[in-house]
Amino acid sequence: MCGIVGIYLKTTKFEIDLGRMLSGMLNNMESRGPDSAGFAIYKNSNKDEYKYSLCINDLDFNKFKNDISNKIKNFTLSQHSDHVVVKTTEIPKKFIKIINKEFRDVSLVGYGRSIEIFKQVGNPKDIVKKFNLESFSGTHGIGHTRMATESAITTDGSHPYSTGEDECLVHNGSLSNHNNLRRELKKKGNTFNSENDTEVAAGYVSNSLSNNNSLKDTLMSGLKDLDGFYTFITGTRNGFAVVRDEIACKPAVIAETNNYVAIASEFQAMAHLPDVNNAKIFEPEPGVVYSWGN
Amino acid sequence: MKLDLKKLKLRNINEQLQNVDRRVNDRNFTIINPEGNHAVCAGLTDEINVNIKGHVGYYCAGMNQKANITIEGNAGTGVAENMMSGKVHVKGNASQSAGATAHGGVLIIDGDASSRCGISMKGVDIIVKGSVGHMSGFMSQAGNLVVCGDAGEALGDSLYETNIYIRGKVKSLGADCVEKKMDKKHIKKLNLLLKQASIKNKKAESFKRYGSAKKLYNFKIDNISNY
Repeated sequence: MCGIVGIYLKTTKFEIDLGRMLSGMLNNMESRGPDSAGFAIYKNSNKDEYKYSLCINDLDFNKFKNDISNKIKNFTLSQHSDHVVVKTTEIPKKFIKIINKEFRDVSLVGYGRSIEIFKQVGNPKDIVKKFNLESFSGTHGIGHTRMATESAITTDGSHPYSTGEDECLVHNGSLSNHNNLRRELKKKGNTFNSENDTEVAAGYVSNSLSNNNSLKDTLMSGLKDLDGFYTFITGTRNGFAVVRDEIACKPAVIAETNNYVAIASEFQAMAHLPDVNNAKIFEPEPGVVYSWGN
Repeated sequence: MKLDLKKLKLRNINEQLQNVDRRVNDRNFTIINPEGNHAVCAGLTDEINVNIKGHVGYYCAGMNQKANITIEGNAGTGVAENMMSGKVHVKGNASQSAGATAHGGVLIIDGDASSRCGISMKGVDIIVKGSVGHMSGFMSQAGNLVVCGDAGEALGDSLYETNIYIRGKVKSLGADCVEKKMDKKHIKKLNLLLKQASIKNKKAESFKRYGSAKKLYNFKIDNISNY
């Protein structure tokens, strides 16, 4: 069992409240996933700049700051507990190479022009607090509370998974063909950092998007290629999508108003959202892709 | 009596409703701010009326006996599961496994019910004014499942003695489920059920009846490929 939540804002009205709305949802889904949690927030920034979300683990922030300034110029750094977000014009290929080569204790959680992503082992309520999720604003956000079933309770095993620029995916369920699919995707050039099944689904989405398929088409073909139980929420820079497998054992509820679309594993995670009682509330149908934006 | 789930704990509210003093005449209760909580009104055993103002989570009115429970909103997974008697009325939509394994009473859903509605039902009457999702009536044993809208894939798979009445389209029938003739007694029963759910504009004759072909009813080695 896991809890998944997401909000996509259709207007700018609640942009300032996005973090607060999402934190209430994550806190509520503690009962479905008490061992790890994470979230991704999309907020458009300076178009020439990339944002790199890094987990520095036990490394001292000042030491990291000092070390990174020896490697790259022109950057800004913000600290969020054991995560940092580096904003720089350095391109991903170069930056990721530096991190992998020079910072062995640091792991890249995600990167892009819009996404910031944080995840860690621990109770969702503590994680929401330590990353100060309530203070975030943005256009859309996705979160996950984890009850580990098929791989260990580690930061790498936590969701969301981000395997491409401005992409992320959360998953409630389990995949049965992830080992085969991982091997196939590795042949196509994908890299994986864990043994986790969800990372394979995220890699599958990245691979398809990099071949210029739309998010909707990607998830449609995923219904054929991904075997197992799942409700997925995926985000891209401007897009947001939900899909459930054809058996649909894994729950999901969508609440849509003129201002936002919210999705959660259970309605109670959305009960605090503004005007939710007047929202159009429905369950996504099995094997149907629901998408907003692009 | 008004019970506020924002102020009182779910356990306290359920305990109070499960232990209503039989000498007291006030048998009408209203629950406000349910906010998607699970197991609201589970295990009630007395003839009381409970009105829930809002959406509820999983297993609302589970194991109900005698109580008359109205949900003015949507219900999560397993509403009225294992109900024995009484009445549960969902004014919105119901999630999967509505009325699962229920032995008796009546479950009315004004909106749609999703997958596995009436799974393994054992005598309850379920009346859905909208449509039902896939695998509805799976292994259902007794009672009536009435759907005014459409039914999803594999309707009535491996069912036993339940009568399923569908007014709209059926996407596909499950193993051993077949369309059956509507006899007078079925029309009579269906009219009673529609009346019970205050459905006036739909005639029993406009429904089709589905039931068990009884080919998988007992184990036959020739049918091994169907299992």
